[in-house]
This record gives sequence, C-alpha cells and structure tokens, in this order.
Amino acid sequence: MNAQNNSQINAQANTQALRFVPASEFKERAAVAVADAHLRKSFRGAMDFLIAKRAAQFPDPVALESQRGLAEHIRKYSLARLPDLLEQLERNLTANGVQVHWAENPEQANAIIINIARRHSTKLMVKGKSMVSEEIELNHAMADAGMEALESDMGEYIVQLDGEKPSHIIMPAIHKTKLEIARLFAAKVPGAGYTESVDELIGIGRAVLREKFMTAEIGLSGVNFAVAETGTLCLVENEGNGRMCTTVPGVHIAITGIEKVVEKLEHVPPLFALLTRSATGQAITTYLNMISGPRKPGEKDGPREMHLVLVDNGRTQAYSDEQLRSTLQCIRCGACMNHCPVYTRIGGHAYGTTYPGPIGEIISPHMLGLAATHVLPTASSLCGACGEVCPVKIPIPDLLIRLRGEAQHDARPGHAPMLGQGAAKSALVDAIWSGWAALYTRPALYRAFGWLATRFRALTPPMQSGWTVSRTPLKPAKRTLHEQMAARERR
Amino acid sequence: MSARDNILQRLRAAPQGTAPLAPDVRGFHAAVSAARPASNRATRMEVFCDKMAFWHAEVVKVTRDNWSQKLRELCAAKGVRSLLYGEQTEYTAALLAAGIGGLKPYDRPVDDWKQELFENTDASFTSTRGGIAETGTLIIWPDANEPRLMSLVPPIHFALLDADKLYETLFDAMIEQGWSGGLPTNALLVSGPSKTADIQVTLAYGAHGPKELIVLLLVNEEELA
Repeated sequence: MNAQNNSQINAQANTQALRFVPASEFKERAAVAVADAHLRKSFRGAMDFLIAKRAAQFPDPVALESQRGLAEHIRKYSLARLPDLLEQLERNLTANGVQVHWAENPEQANAIIINIARRHSTKLMVKGKSMVSEEIELNHAMADAGMEALESDMGEYIVQLDGEKPSHIIMPAIHKTKLEIARLFAAKVPGAGYTESVDELIGIGRAVLREKFMTAEIGLSGVNFAVAETGTLCLVENEGNGRMCTTVPGVHIAITGIEKVVEKLEHVPPLFALLTRSATGQAITTYLNMISGPRKPGEKDGPREMHLVLVDNGRTQAYSDEQLRSTLQCIRCGACMNHCPVYTRIGGHAYGTTYPGPIGEIISPHMLGLAATHVLPTASSLCGACGEVCPVKIPIPDLLIRLRGEAQHDARPGHAPMLGQGAAKSALVDAIWSGWAALYTRPALYRAFGWLATRFRALTPPMQSGWTVSRTPLKPAKRTLHEQMAARERR
Repeated sequence: MSARDNILQRLRAAPQGTAPLAPDVRGFHAAVSAARPASNRATRMEVFCDKMAFWHAEVVKVTRDNWSQKLRELCAAKGVRSLLYGEQTEYTAALLAAGIGGLKPYDRPVDDWKQELFENTDASFTSTRGGIAETGTLIIWPDANEPRLMSLVPPIHFALLDADKLYETLFDAMIEQGWSGGLPTNALLVSGPSKTADIQVTLAYGAHGPKELIVLLLVNEEELA
C-alpha cells in the first residue's frame, strides 16, 4: 500500500480522536456497560486469562510475599529520596547528551513536545506505548498544532484507528473482538482485504507501521524505570515498536511521570520481574530496552537528539501526604484492574479517565481533582483483591476509603486541601449524620425514636433511595431490640 | 520560578518520616540463590534452551570451528538472500570466509540506506554480550560495529552466544559484567522474536521486529550431543 493512502487514513483517525469523557458521568456509563453482554464477555474472558497467567508465574506464595516486600521497599526508598534522585537523573542524562524538561501540568508538557516537534518541521510523530502521553492528551494537542501523532503499539493503533481510547493500560484493545478488528481494518486500512486471521491482521499493521517508522521525524516513548545513577531509561515491551520509535527517527522524546525514578540499576531487576509477571504472566518480555543517550559520534543509528519530559500533573499532591504517597509506588502492571470485580464488569471506558480500575480510582483524583472524580473511589466493593495482587503492595482499599473521606469533608487540620477537597459534601447527608449523632448521644431521644419507629413501622417509605434500586425495602422490627431483650429476661 | 523549581520545592516541602534504609538487593538475591539447587554450565544451558524454545526462538548448538558453516546452511535453508553483519568484530573474518551469499556490511549511517535496510534485508547476524538462563534471554550490546537496528529491523535475526557467558539470572549478569560502570547508548535484553497478543489475547509473532530469532549457542565439541 502506498504512503499517501496511509497518511489519509491516519489523518482520518486523528480527526476522530476523542478527549476523555467526564469521570463525573461514571455511574451512567457503568450502567450502560453492565447491560452490554458482549462487552462483559470480552472483559470476563480476557481478565480470567490474565489472572490465570499471573497465578501460574507465582506458584510459591511465600516467595511471592518476599519479592513483593523487596519491590515495595525499593519503591518506598526511591520515593523517600525522590527530589535528590530526580536531580541526579537529570545530571547524568544531561552528561549523556539528553535534554531534560520539567512540566507541572499537561499544558506545559504538550507545549514542550510541540516546540521540539516544530523545531524539526515535524509532520509525523510515531508513538510507542505511553500512558503519560494519554494523560496529557498529546495526540489531540499535536492534531491541534497541525501535526500527526500515530500510535504504533498494535493495540493502541487499533483503538486510534477506530477513534477510541485504550480500555486497559496494558492491553488497550481488549474490549474489541477479532471480528470487530477484522471489519475495522478492512474498512479503514486502504488495500487491506477482509481477514479474520490474527497473523494476517498483525501483518497488515506491521506493514503500515514499518512505513511510518521510516518516515517519522520524531519517535515518542514512555519510560518504565528511570535509573538515576547511570542516566538510563528502561522500556519494557514485546512488540518492538518501542524500539522502532526510540531508534529509527532522528529525534526521540521520552515522557514520564516524576515517580518512575530508581536510584540504582540493580534496583531494576526485582521490579522488572514482578512487572511482567503481574501484568501478562510472562517471566520476561521480548525486549528490555535500556537507553542511556542519543547516537554517539561514530555510531551508525539511533536518534541524533534525545529529550526526557518529566511530568508532575498532580503527583506532587499525592507525594505531599505520607499515606497518599504510596499511590506513587505504582509500576503500572494493571494487575489491580485484572482482578477487580468492578473493572471486569464495566470495562475501562466507563471510568472516563486515562487510568481505569483501582489504580485509576486512586491516582485520578490527584490529576483531575476530586470535583471531577469523587465518584471513582466509590466504584469498589472494598473486596481487597487489588491490594492483595499489587506487586509493590500499595494499600489500595485504604486509599479508596481515605479519598472517599477527603471528598466528603474539609481538609484535616494541618493538611493542605486536596484539589477539589470536599467536592462530594452534601447538606442533606450532613443533616442526616447530625440527626443520627443527636439520636445516638441522647438516651431519651433514642428511646423515643425507637418506640415511634417500631410502632409506626407501617409508615416506612417503600422507596429508599439507592437502597431499593436492587434490594427489598428496609423495615423496622415490631419491637426495639431493648424491648425484645427485656421480654426475654422476663421469660 | 521554573516548573523544575516548583516541582522540586513541592517535593522537598513534603513531610518525611524516617527514611527507609537502602534495599539490600544483593543480600536478597544471594539468599534466593542459596535456597535453589546450585547451577552449573550444563544446567544453565539446559534451562536456557528450554526457555528460548518457549519464546519461539530456535537454538542451534555450534562450535568455534563450525558455526559459520552452520550459519551458511541455515541461511540457505531459510532462503536468506541478504545477511547484514557488523564489520571488525571478533567473528567477522570467519563469517566472510564461510561463503555465505548476499553478505551486506552495516558500514554507513542508517540515514543513507534506511529504505534498503527496511525493505531489502532478509536477515542479520550479531554477536551477544551474554545470555540469561532463567528467562531465556540474550544480552545485546550494540556499538559502532554492530548498531542497534541489526537486532530489530531484518525479519530474521541470528545471534551468536558463547555458552561461557551464560548467567543464571539478570541480576547475576548485571553485577558480574559491571553494567552500571558503563552502559552503551542502548543496551538490550532480547527474549525471542517480537510478538503481540493485542488482538483478542491471541499470540502472534513478528509484530514489528524480527519474525524469527535463531541463537547459535557456542559450545564445546563434547557438548554438541
């Protein structure tokens, strides 16, 4: 197929690029998703597969516990020294010839990248998988600036081609079946015939994207681990598109959250081993790509210019609280979503945020504020599966409860308010709790209420807000517990 | 104040409890190793071959005397019309003497021949810096002679691995080879041909990189069996 056709279809994909939908409409979308039998089957099947693959990698629970303990220790140690490590990373990368940039928010990050792209008269940027680039909605910013940003991870390429966003951080197109992808390719990839063979579909994507790797002026990638002592960026992948993006174009831009730094190279193997095993149940991925700089004089390939963009976007807010800081231990394996009964039933799109599932519920409030996201920490039965499988032992259920509280109340004394602090406060709920407190602290009032509630139980309203949506109405007993106990004593 | 200053200031202003001690990764690793049956050259080779097969890579045992002939046979069997190689490596002379057809040196910057590399290069041959038994992994250390793209762009990758450089784990390789003392611009771990499961979790090989990985494992004569 020719290059002109390719750029047409990609331009088409870009004009369809969606912004993330408001998290505040989560409940409406969740209701729709739960009723979608096809979607539920896709997710249930894929999550069961990933759960079984992960379990097979950890046959010894005692060994797993000690590995998780070490990984947690490495992450906590790195976070405790975060500002120093970031400065050390910057020094070593700079010495290696990498330009380091800092961005407090998505606007700054996009501006940095677009400036670099403009300086190189960029028409096309090829992208390896990067959730931070999704977080800042880079593709949209690039399209607004008149440049094309093309996803090259197969799953990301598929969702971009269909004008969608990833529904899982590791398996972006998990919500789509083979037949849907077959139809999508036949309709949108010029020259591609209809095929249901996965090998042939991957072959089509390979051919289109190889053409793009050759012509793109810039390659963009994420970072899995940034090593401070050596100034090295580690990228974990199976496909090789990440290596293409970081090696073929003349300019490589890496983008990462500030929390991804570790002090020493020897801190990488324990995290890497848990990352791939927890994510896809692989003992190792096809590639670990360790990049310590651009092409040196005399070398024959690799980018001539290399940049790293360090993004805050709410991470310093999480960092400023010792409990919430553990959110930043995350190595983005996705095991929490694979094991979450809510995620499995509603899929990734219902959350409306870059990061879905349990990790999204605890990180999104820092990025987007509680006003937009306070409903997300309630999307959990607190069953605890997420915390149990987390390879770096983030106490996700505790953080969900904490964030629910922060959404309902003013900041604790001595604590700076979070973005959107108290956004879910309700005068009605406050009044109900005040009434409850009054009843339960005044014995006479309590007894009077009990007497009235039991004697007039027939008047209990049959519709009780959210409770009766899927449950029978609550009704007081005929006599209060005190009365029943007293009657028993008399017998 | 710059974005950098603001970010660092916010991080420095955060409360710090007692700082955790540095993690003892070496101690942890030593304890795990001690609890396992001791590995030797033979077990490492066996585990490496098993794992590489699991990753869909071929392992062919060769010796110092016959590896280039084996490579010639493999190229012929696979219909390789052009084989990319690096100049001035310890293996170059033997490779050139083997009578392999379509040898193509990586002798100029990629910018001068990108199209040819992508569209008209069937296979490549590279050395490796070692291997990892536990995971079935090659350690590849690209340099000016054997650039980064050799192990990525051609559809077939032949890699020569000296069994003397087979380590039990990634951690062992990293420490024993002193990686943190001097990394190349791009160090790589490679475990099999490129792959993806992004379409309905069905595994497919040859996603963006090589479709085939063939490891020529350099062993002693008596280990060939």
